[in-house]
Amino acid sequence: MSGSREAILGAIRKNHVQGERARPAVPLFDQAAPFDLKALFQRSLERMGGRMLTPDATDPMAPVRQAIVKPGPVLSCVPEFEGDMKITPQTKPTDIAPVEYAVLRAAFGVAETGSLCFTEKQLHVNTTGFLPQHLVILLDPAQIVYNLHNAYQRPEWTQAHYAVFQSGPSATADIEGVLVHGAQGVRSLSVLFHPAS
Amino acid sequence: MKVGLFVPCYVDMFHPETGIATLELLERFGLSVEYPVDQTCCGQPMTNTGCEREAAKTEELFVRNFEKYDYVVTPSGSCTNQVRNNMTAIEQSDAVKHVRSRTYELVEFLHDVLKVDAFPWAEFPHRVALHNNCNTLRNLRIASMSERREEPFSKPKALLKMVRGIEFADLTRPDECCGFGGTFSVFEEGVSAKMGQDKVTDQLKSGAEYVTSSDSSCMMHQEGCARRMGANLKYIHIAQILNGARA
Amino acid sequence: MTAELHEELTDPHADQLDHGAASSRPLKSRISEPQPRGAKIRGNRPVDQSEAANRFMAATEHEAMHDARLWDLRQKRDKEMHGIEEWEELRDLASGIKEHTLSKLDYYLELFEKNATANGIKVHWAKDGAEHNAIVLDILRSRGVELLIKSKSMLTEECGFREFMAKNNVEVIETDLGERIQQLDDEAPSHVVVPAVHKLRTDVASVFAKTIGSDPDNADAHYLTECQREATRPLILSAQAGMTGGNFVVAETGTFVVCTNEGNADLSANTPPLHIASIGIEKLIPGLDDLAVFIRLLSRSALGSPITQYTSHFRGPREGSEMHVVLVDNGRSERLGMEKFWPGLKCIRCGACMNTCPVFRRSGGLSYGATYAGPIGLIIDPTFNVHKYRNLPYSSTMNGSCTNVCPVKINIHEQIADWRRTLAGDGEISPVKKVMMKAAGEVLASPVVYRASLPLGRSALRHLPHFMLYNKLNTWGRKRDIPETPKQTFNEWYRKNRKQPGEGEKS
Ligand code: SF4
Repeated sequence: MSGSREAILGAIRKNHVQGERARPAVPLFDQAAPFDLKALFQRSLERMGGRMLTPDATDPMAPVRQAIVKPGPVLSCVPEFEGDMKITPQTKPTDIAPVEYAVLRAAFGVAETGSLCFTEKQLHVNTTGFLPQHLVILLDPAQIVYNLHNAYQRPEWTQAHYAVFQSGPSATADIEGVLVHGAQGVRSLSVLFHPAS
Repeated sequence: MKVGLFVPCYVDMFHPETGIATLELLERFGLSVEYPVDQTCCGQPMTNTGCEREAAKTEELFVRNFEKYDYVVTPSGSCTNQVRNNMTAIEQSDAVKHVRSRTYELVEFLHDVLKVDAFPWAEFPHRVALHNNCNTLRNLRIASMSERREEPFSKPKALLKMVRGIEFADLTRPDECCGFGGTFSVFEEGVSAKMGQDKVTDQLKSGAEYVTSSDSSCMMHQEGCARRMGANLKYIHIAQILNGARA
Repeated sequence: MTAELHEELTDPHADQLDHGAASSRPLKSRISEPQPRGAKIRGNRPVDQSEAANRFMAATEHEAMHDARLWDLRQKRDKEMHGIEEWEELRDLASGIKEHTLSKLDYYLELFEKNATANGIKVHWAKDGAEHNAIVLDILRSRGVELLIKSKSMLTEECGFREFMAKNNVEVIETDLGERIQQLDDEAPSHVVVPAVHKLRTDVASVFAKTIGSDPDNADAHYLTECQREATRPLILSAQAGMTGGNFVVAETGTFVVCTNEGNADLSANTPPLHIASIGIEKLIPGLDDLAVFIRLLSRSALGSPITQYTSHFRGPREGSEMHVVLVDNGRSERLGMEKFWPGLKCIRCGACMNTCPVFRRSGGLSYGATYAGPIGLIIDPTFNVHKYRNLPYSSTMNGSCTNVCPVKINIHEQIADWRRTLAGDGEISPVKKVMMKAAGEVLASPVVYRASLPLGRSALRHLPHFMLYNKLNTWGRKRDIPETPKQTFNEWYRKNRKQPGEGEKS
């Protein structure tokens, strides 16, 4: 195996017909960023098949409760909301399978694409993002960045072992181009703007 | 300005009227135009198939025929592309370099070199669909292409807009290749014909009465498909419209 | 199997992207033509793409759906492009980043290895498909794995991975819907992004009816997708290992990135205790700034959506689990040394060149008889086997649309021309083409012979240029009319109507 490593690297060194090519500097392309990123985030999220919940100033968690319409266990990974289930140090990835709704907080959002970033810190058990039937997500509007260039400046990438952008629910159009949500991952994804406490 | 006229084999054989229109049109602008009678071909069929060695003698002949002119003009975008971008089977002497850099497709020549701003003699009171040959579009950059984010422009359309009475018909896939593809039309006959039929169907749907292009080879293929399909469409080279043909 | 339809599926938001959803959605099963199959593979004999393409086009319903669906993706891509002012700049950057990385590929591979290893990833190196398969089998055997769940990977197709695992008693379950359809139908993927795009919904209904017990009369895409979800989920929960590919590998952080729309890669990677990622060595990029460029371009080019629904970044194993990366060469280091063809290594497998290719849309991806179909296939398949794939570079009109949609600016249509030159130069050209072109070259080099070869006024068949009809097959006239022959050529007209060059001085 180490023989192959040397063989591959050796062949690469021998086959450098392209010579040195300079590394381009990548701009942030964020001059045109609007002041209010919430509206752009919402538009992008909805294009990707996600749903925005309307905030309720008097009862902040009411929109989350109202989004939970199907019977079944609700797993909460946020202190703001009381679910039926909690992650414990004993929870295995497959234990998430029966969950109907999971309530999560996103690390941050990306306005350009309506993406929500989760790392193992928000998910606790990584399958929390994928095995439940539905996700209800809290997002701090202060944690929205404009575009993907800005997103990759964030600290999460060098801190977490796992980080994912979820942009709307699971989707497929593999059969004659007909869009279906919930091919393997979650069937629906709703987002509530809610500042972190 | 001495201009050599190159009339590609298809035009010579099947559409002499296109060659005549090109010649007359250039003469209208007071140019001295000559057609070297010993010309044959630009070498495209062989180069297109990868057979460079087989193309060499034809390319040599082309250069011998045209090296004495300031410009070489031809009513074919794909031949221009061959000469300008692919004539590499022969040694790149000064004569070869001169011919390669001075060969222009007719529309380019009128638009960029002569900078023509009127065709007072031209009137074409018909609904016309414009077809851009792919070499002309994407290699010679005669018009903007839908694949790129760029300012829209079209040299052939800019010229045609100076023709009285002309009306344009819009295709749903204006940049889609018609399937001619040089020797592709013979070696891959099935796909070639299907692409041609689809192009004709799009032209019919656009309500066009005429199809025009600065390339005869594409139109020969499209016309062949249209005839077999029984489609009521007429094909006319852009040189004829600009030279004042009425129908 | 009964599948419940969730009402949120049938109530899509008004402004929502539909991922290339076809505009008409007849949900009832209909009597349909049988699905045409791909190219006939006969050992090492050159693949006959046009034969398979003709069969695909003869299945008119399939061809029409395939063309419309892929053209729709191309149009959605155009729409996204117009929404991004810096689009062409991003393409320049993407191309430049890839060229830079390829020019220092040894450095970046070692950097990735160092960073990934420091984070607990075990990195392996495989020089070819066989070694890749052996490495993976070894890992699986030592952990007693019998069931492996897997997300889509073109590299494992290159390696013949599933066939190898089947022989070694490891069950492999594809979790991408399109790839699963193809696996259950025992057919290769026909497209790098939408593997079952050549199938009608009725084809899928009959495959699922035979394999996972769905209702053979129900060809509703929602129903079929739901059946597959229900059938696959227990397998995901019981698998002992998961496998993914990798779209991008970030050397400076030791991260590999996987892009999917279904979330199946995240399930495959995060559910079982063992994650193996098979990645081609050309997937390297330097840093996170660079990654942003590619994530912005990939899904916009592929499907016309701003981003894949899931973009997953793996930098190390989660607690209590193992993570392995197998870096695979399989001909790539050799391609890196090919003067004309190394830029093919920039490819990010977005499929945009296939969606735009008028030949691909009418032939179906399986007509190419190779792992990679369409424009990118024409220029990389011959690097795997020059004899077998020598006809593929001719399955193109060289119209150049591919080159101009390609997010990493690979000069695809120029490389197709270069391959034709290379093949003809190496004697890898069909005898018919060779003979025709030799004859054409001789005729066209001599004005006298050329003029004599134009037999005006005889049978119409002869009126075509010599090189077009030399093969006696008259392929031109099968579906096209032959142009009428005018009374005289331009040359004859000119000789009669204009004074010839040189005449003026003489007289
Ligand atoms: S060659 Fe370019 S367009 Fe084609 S799949 Fe690769 S990256 Fe995409």
